[in-house]
Amino acid sequence: MDNKMLNVSSSPHVRDKSSTTKIMLDVCLALLPACAFGIYNFGVRALAVLAVAVVTCVLSELIYEYFMHRPITIGDLSAVVTGLLIGMNMPHTIPLWMVVLGSAFAIIIVKQLFGGLGQNFMNPALAARCFLLISFAGKMTTFTYDGITGATPLAILKEGGNVDILKMFLGTTSGVIGETSTVALLIGGAYLLIKKVIAPTIPFVYIAVFSVFVLIFGGQGFDMSFLAAHLCGGGLMLGAFFMATDYVTSPVNTLGKVVYAFILGLLTAIFRVFGNSAEGVSYAIIFTNLLVPIIEKITKPRAFGVKKVKKEAAE
Amino acid sequence: MKLHTFKGGAHPYDGKALSRDAAIEELPAGDELVFPLSQHIGAPATPVVSVGDRVLAGQLIAEKSGFISANIYSSVSGTVKKIEPRLVATGGRVNSIIIENDKQYEEALRLHDKAPESLTSEEIIAIIEKAGIVGMGGAGFPTNVKLSPKNPDSIDSIIVNGAECEPYLTSDYRRMIEHPEELIKGLKVVLSVFPGAKGYIGIEKNKPEAISILNEMTAKEDRITVVPLKTKYPQGGERCMIKAITGREINSKMLPADAGCIVHNVDTIVSIYQAIYEGRPLTRRIVTVTGDAIKTPKNFYVYLGTSLRELVDAAGGFCGEYEKIISGGPMMGFAFFDPDVPVVKGSSSVLAFKKDMVAAKAPSPCIRCGRCASACPEHLLPMKLAVLSQNNNMEEFVKLDGLECVECGCCSYVCPAKRQVTQSVRTMKKLALAAARKK
Repeated sequence: MDNKMLNVSSSPHVRDKSSTTKIMLDVCLALLPACAFGIYNFGVRALAVLAVAVVTCVLSELIYEYFMHRPITIGDLSAVVTGLLIGMNMPHTIPLWMVVLGSAFAIIIVKQLFGGLGQNFMNPALAARCFLLISFAGKMTTFTYDGITGATPLAILKEGGNVDILKMFLGTTSGVIGETSTVALLIGGAYLLIKKVIAPTIPFVYIAVFSVFVLIFGGQGFDMSFLAAHLCGGGLMLGAFFMATDYVTSPVNTLGKVVYAFILGLLTAIFRVFGNSAEGVSYAIIFTNLLVPIIEKITKPRAFGVKKVKKEAAE
Repeated sequence: MKLHTFKGGAHPYDGKALSRDAAIEELPAGDELVFPLSQHIGAPATPVVSVGDRVLAGQLIAEKSGFISANIYSSVSGTVKKIEPRLVATGGRVNSIIIENDKQYEEALRLHDKAPESLTSEEIIAIIEKAGIVGMGGAGFPTNVKLSPKNPDSIDSIIVNGAECEPYLTSDYRRMIEHPEELIKGLKVVLSVFPGAKGYIGIEKNKPEAISILNEMTAKEDRITVVPLKTKYPQGGERCMIKAITGREINSKMLPADAGCIVHNVDTIVSIYQAIYEGRPLTRRIVTVTGDAIKTPKNFYVYLGTSLRELVDAAGGFCGEYEKIISGGPMMGFAFFDPDVPVVKGSSSVLAFKKDMVAAKAPSPCIRCGRCASACPEHLLPMKLAVLSQNNNMEEFVKLDGLECVECGCCSYVCPAKRQVTQSVRTMKKLALAAARKK
């Protein structure tokens, strides 16, 4: 016992069982129902898009870190999450090389160049989607369903057409791979809430604020079916549960989360109702991502026992 | 019934089952006892014995040397062998009096000979001061100072901290179920100093036996209430305790007395009982020896100055390989590297673990999950404070209330990226406090 080397470190000496990898794995599991439905809905081509996105993301991270002589971090599965989200945000008809380009852009430009995991200033998957949307608007907005090229339900709604809300809820409509099935996304979202990977604050405030503003600005009066179509369409659920809640690009404190989600709901409603495009979730989220540092600054929590009269004391 | 608690905190694996049912055992003192002159907050005590002197058990060997300081007594009879710096569990070398035990246990005179009921408030506080009693939960703040607030009439709550929220520790629990009458009498002594105050014994819900025993024994005491608390770390932190029981909040610049409260550890109250009723100074305490690398985890009643190695040996020694030994609890205790260090007034336990969870996983980048912020009982943003600490940004650190940190360890505990958040914050807090003192 006398020559034994013991470990000495600063307290605390115990750690809970959570880990970054477990959190990312939970997110992957939560995305699976929507991915599976996407493959069922759009066929094997959707599987190819998802697979290419995931593989490209992981490889981009591996190659970048290898050549930059940085520790290889693909084991934390964060690149897999980004890849899945990118795939889910693509129409299944997109050329695969575009998927590769978008995925590499997300990992290398948005994530790694800013310092890797935890440092990116906007959601990499959504940044990739918007990058591709701007670069290849045609391919990114061509939706084929059952062999027929047509508009997404939300676009039909915007043109004043009628949509089948039950189909939108189940997901048997056109759109990007991962957005169509509201029920599959809700199952995944519930899983994240139950596992406490995400707090309910962001999705619930986001959806509530969005609903109120759509009813106010939508020009349809208090029409529940119009609201339901808006809630089930345009990737709102995908955005609210899986992308707005991204830890890195959302505020860390509860009040900040409320403010952030409020802005998201407002912007999404404005983009959808007044914007040229039928959809607004992606732009609303990446724009609000940029506001997070300011939001965190103005919503600093009150420390325990510290009164709010600080200003007077300073003067 | 809604349990009293605070906002934030964590639920570490409590490990108390290992030693919970081990009744307190008396451990005889070894051949050599070491008494560090600094085992309390404040100025080190000054030796009043010289090498070669014969001392008795309960004899004063070092005298307090300032307002915030404490007397130190020999726990055994014997001869002063040396006065030299010795290693202590917190890592440094502290000037210590080393006494060779003659195993006679010849007792010195009592601290006082008056009937406990006849003592005045001033006399009680003077005896507590003389007895060298300090907070025995670990911080070691002199108890007599706590009992002498600027405005004694404003004190309305005397809180006994029986939460024992640190995992693995069971010494307070054994005290409460084995010596409840001493605890209650000790509390009544303190209450007699503050005639306008009520007594509360806060106990976490995971100690139902302690709650029911003390409830039963205080049923007729209209000034004492047993308050069951939610089992959550750090429920026994002073600020969390006050919040849970009175709903009041204090910050780092306030004393509990500013919120009308005085908080004492269970063992401290029992020491007050011993000083007042038995005339004995603080020379012994209860220490839990536990952890998965200890053969038979136990709770010992030990003589201060005993080597921690003797405690481990008395608990059957280490079993198998072990990576880490800790003095105190796993959340706030000190890891040490040499078991030949003495039990001091604030030593609540010795833990030995086969695996060191800290070394097992390397830290990875912060993913801003916010778990540290939710767990922080001070409602801080630990992940930001840690970054500011690493960037040596003291100004911003202080602005973000970094000085309010109580170093409870919740942020590091919950961190999925296994970052040393507490350590970073603690480092900058120390630097900032040192800088503030210089001004």
